[in-house]
Amino acid sequence: MSEPLYARPTSVAEALELRAAHPDWMLLAGGTDLLVDSNHRKVPVGMLDLWRLAALGGIRQRDAAIEIGAGTTWLEIERHPLVRVGFLPLAEAAREIGARQIQARGTIGGNIGTSSPVGDSLPVLLALDAEIEVASVRGSRRVPYRDYCVGYRKTALAADELIIAVHLPTPVASTRMVWRKVGTRKAQSISKVMGAATMVLDGGTVVSARIGMGAVADRPIRLTAVEQAVVGLSLLQAAEAARAAVPAAIAPISDIRSTSDYRRAVAANLVARFFAV
Amino acid sequence: MLRVPPVGAGFQRTMARMSQPSTTHVGASMPRVDGVAKVTGRARYVDDLDAPGAWHGITVRSTIAHGRLEAIETLDGFAATGAVLVTAADIAAHGGSNEIALIEHDQPALVAVGAPVMHVDEALALVAAPTRAAALAAAKLVVARVVPLPAVLSMADALTANEKLYGDDNIFKKFLIRKGHSDDATFDAVMASAAHIIEGEYDTSPQEQMYIEPQGMLAEWRDGKCFIIGSLQCPYYVHKAIKTLLQCGDDEVVISQAVTGGGFGGKEEYPSMLAAHAALLARKATHPVKMIYDRAEDIAATTKRHPAQIRSRLGVSAEGDIVAIDVDVVMDGGAYLTLSPVVLSRGVLHAAGPYKCATVRVAGRVVATNYPPHGAFRGFGAPQTTFAYERQIQKLARYLGEDGLTTRKRLALRSGDTTSTGQVLTFSVGTDAVLNAIANVAGAAPVRSGVSAKGSTVRRGRGVCFYFHGAGFTGSGEARLAGRAEIALLRDGTFEVRASSTDIGQGAITMFTQICAASLEVDPALVRVIDPSTANVPDSGPTVASRTCMVVGSVVETASRKLKARILEWGASHGMANQTVALCGAAMARAHYGADHAGADIAELVQYQPPPGIAWDDATYSGSAYPVYGWAACLVDVSVDLDTYEVSIDRCVQAIDVGKAINPIIVKGQIEGGTLQSLGWAVLENVIYKDGKVANANMTNCIVPTFADAPDLETILVEVPYPYGPSGAKGVGEIPMDGPAVAVANAVEDALGCSFDSLPISPEAVFASRSRWSFS
Repeated sequence: MSEPLYARPTSVAEALELRAAHPDWMLLAGGTDLLVDSNHRKVPVGMLDLWRLAALGGIRQRDAAIEIGAGTTWLEIERHPLVRVGFLPLAEAAREIGARQIQARGTIGGNIGTSSPVGDSLPVLLALDAEIEVASVRGSRRVPYRDYCVGYRKTALAADELIIAVHLPTPVASTRMVWRKVGTRKAQSISKVMGAATMVLDGGTVVSARIGMGAVADRPIRLTAVEQAVVGLSLLQAAEAARAAVPAAIAPISDIRSTSDYRRAVAANLVARFFAV
Repeated sequence: MLRVPPVGAGFQRTMARMSQPSTTHVGASMPRVDGVAKVTGRARYVDDLDAPGAWHGITVRSTIAHGRLEAIETLDGFAATGAVLVTAADIAAHGGSNEIALIEHDQPALVAVGAPVMHVDEALALVAAPTRAAALAAAKLVVARVVPLPAVLSMADALTANEKLYGDDNIFKKFLIRKGHSDDATFDAVMASAAHIIEGEYDTSPQEQMYIEPQGMLAEWRDGKCFIIGSLQCPYYVHKAIKTLLQCGDDEVVISQAVTGGGFGGKEEYPSMLAAHAALLARKATHPVKMIYDRAEDIAATTKRHPAQIRSRLGVSAEGDIVAIDVDVVMDGGAYLTLSPVVLSRGVLHAAGPYKCATVRVAGRVVATNYPPHGAFRGFGAPQTTFAYERQIQKLARYLGEDGLTTRKRLALRSGDTTSTGQVLTFSVGTDAVLNAIANVAGAAPVRSGVSAKGSTVRRGRGVCFYFHGAGFTGSGEARLAGRAEIALLRDGTFEVRASSTDIGQGAITMFTQICAASLEVDPALVRVIDPSTANVPDSGPTVASRTCMVVGSVVETASRKLKARILEWGASHGMANQTVALCGAAMARAHYGADHAGADIAELVQYQPPPGIAWDDATYSGSAYPVYGWAACLVDVSVDLDTYEVSIDRCVQAIDVGKAINPIIVKGQIEGGTLQSLGWAVLENVIYKDGKVANANMTNCIVPTFADAPDLETILVEVPYPYGPSGAKGVGEIPMDGPAVAVANAVEDALGCSFDSLPISPEAVFASRSRWSFS
């Protein structure tokens, strides 16, 4: 059994060159997935260690958006004033990922890179209409998260690309933002159902809404049919319309952690509650 | 005049440390003897032990639930790994016997070629190599050919006995308790006379002990003797098993306990299996062999709490008294008998509950299936039957429109009453004390409807329960076992407690230190509880059954008192009348242990004597089932989230009659830990099997409560002394596991207006109950 090769770039340019040269290497962005899998997965041929690469860190205001470096940890995200003031659901999701030790190691780029259907931040990114900035030696591009995860743990990231940052557009002032996770227990838990929503309100009427959910399909999904069903309704009407529309908009499975019936019902309840708090 | 050598340095150091010598140390929360080593990481668990040249052992396991082992083959390349392979054939080749000795010897150490494979993850062969990675790689080159047979994967299937796993009927053991009647017809007539019958069927789920330290063992052969050290509860159980396996004498096997990170029953029987494997590998490898399970293997292969199905009928008079109790208990024993008969025994002995009733019938069966053997887990059958009888009593209270505590107060056993086995309770019955304690702190019931912090609508409810737990071995068990412990006065004037009872995190060595010091009337700093190696300690019995403090503690107390009397007598006859035990002991030791001393230690070895009046008849299952009982009551408030169907435990208060708390903080710790295990069992723990294999064999999916899931636990210690326990103490280890789960079920019923008769009361179970909800 050979030890994996290892490289730790000190700049984004170096990281991209290494990625281009070694598209089969595992990316290390915190190590929380790596550790869980270490007893079960084949040892990778190499590791590209992006942990604490300075250029991938930090949270900044960029015009009408904030930019979160891919290497930012959940702890940093949860505590950052820009996130807490403008994007509270992301801070709330960060607080419920694993436990403190995980939050201190796990990064937003890692969560996006893995894009598990139960990745706790991903419904929030959908509801906030996040854009993922990716780059390679060929150049950089931005992909809305709704187009980024294309299947069960499959993403639009090319083999030579790295995730650089997440861009969250600042919502209009009258936007309500909500988040809820239902896990197997109250901490250190994998989600059974979780979701986030942003809604623009005019008085008590829903002007528009974005709803992201996790653990209810093979990937984190937007509930566009539900979003359309609630437009123009009062919040109470929207809650009932959402409750009715959610079950058809999702495709949860039964697994070791829960049942599809339970997930479907709870998803409907959560989304209804997002409107009728 | 005797020539007295100088005082030993150890004694001087110890005396210097004694700031405030006191004469009694029982009832004080002395800091744990092992506390500093554990919090500083100095405590050495088996995987921390240095074993120069040790190899690592890996187990090759079955992948199907039932079959016949046709062959074990090694693939090309196995020889090149340098690993050794052990199969059942190696046991016979050395004149050993392929069995794990326990109640019956039906479980092999390794399945022999031609013999049945009885469960998934059963051990078929063993591999050892110089490193764990090499052993894992070599194990992948070992192939077992198994011809499948139909598997029995439910209790109902087992009882049809179409596929015979054990005897003709797949029943490992059955019991029948009759009180106040001699045959079924008489019983039926009494039940028929009832004004009303409360009926129920209850299911309880398997549960994983989830001790923080997985199972581990290290074996080494030196000079033809086998030395084993590991994570275990019962050194002499392992000793007996290894002697039987190797067919050798008492002195050819030495079993020692490493610092052990939790047991909860999970390290009662299984360590015998792991020790057998390590011993066999070490002999063949001619190296010490370490076997440390990872969490997945530990959860998949080791014992769980027995799942149970219980049917119960309460016949009730027009006045609301219980005229007849009828209980039928079926437990799933898994593939081998292991400890199932005694688990069932404790289950049926508690099944009628601590309630007055003249006519009781309790039947119990434990059946063979093709699951990995179920085994010991804190409570040992009682939590299962407690769940059923306290659901029944709650249904009775609801039927009568009576407050739950009132019903229990009205019907509970007290001094002078008889249990289901006809035992007359005469002392240490804490019924009123624990029920009053709960009533006093209960306060107003929670407001029915509300909104959670997350915005959900919630329904709240309150549940109570009342329960008892027999302390020590069942029936004549303690008399048969005849546990012994020894207290010795050492050369340096310090004292040694010698017992095979283990500290597995519950505080045994601190408790022994306190009892010994109090009985000797010396400072606890002069007392040391030595490691329970079978080479050094008498057999005080296994560390199980809430017996370590009450039974072994009483032996320690008696031995210490005898030694104190002997020392004071020596002192009086050597001009030291009115001197302390410590000073007399130091002088006596100096006089006794000369430089070339080779004789016996100054020590008192005492054997346990059951209290007078304890008579038990195994044939009729009647008499004094236990020398004494712990008594407890519990109150739980819950809120049920109507968006997510999750049950939150908002409050849990338990009042437990422990006789005497030797060390109140340790006792409270025991109670809080057991309570949380019970609450976890109630709402979120479960072991999920798929085709006989544990499907959630990891800590991510085989979940236990975190601190976030735990309410503030309120514990009320009640002390109604047991005349034959050390300073009045009785067992406390298991009773907190018995009641909280059913208090939760009663509380959820109160919240939602419908019954919850199965565990766990998971969100999915609450979701599935929606059509039965009854509230406005």
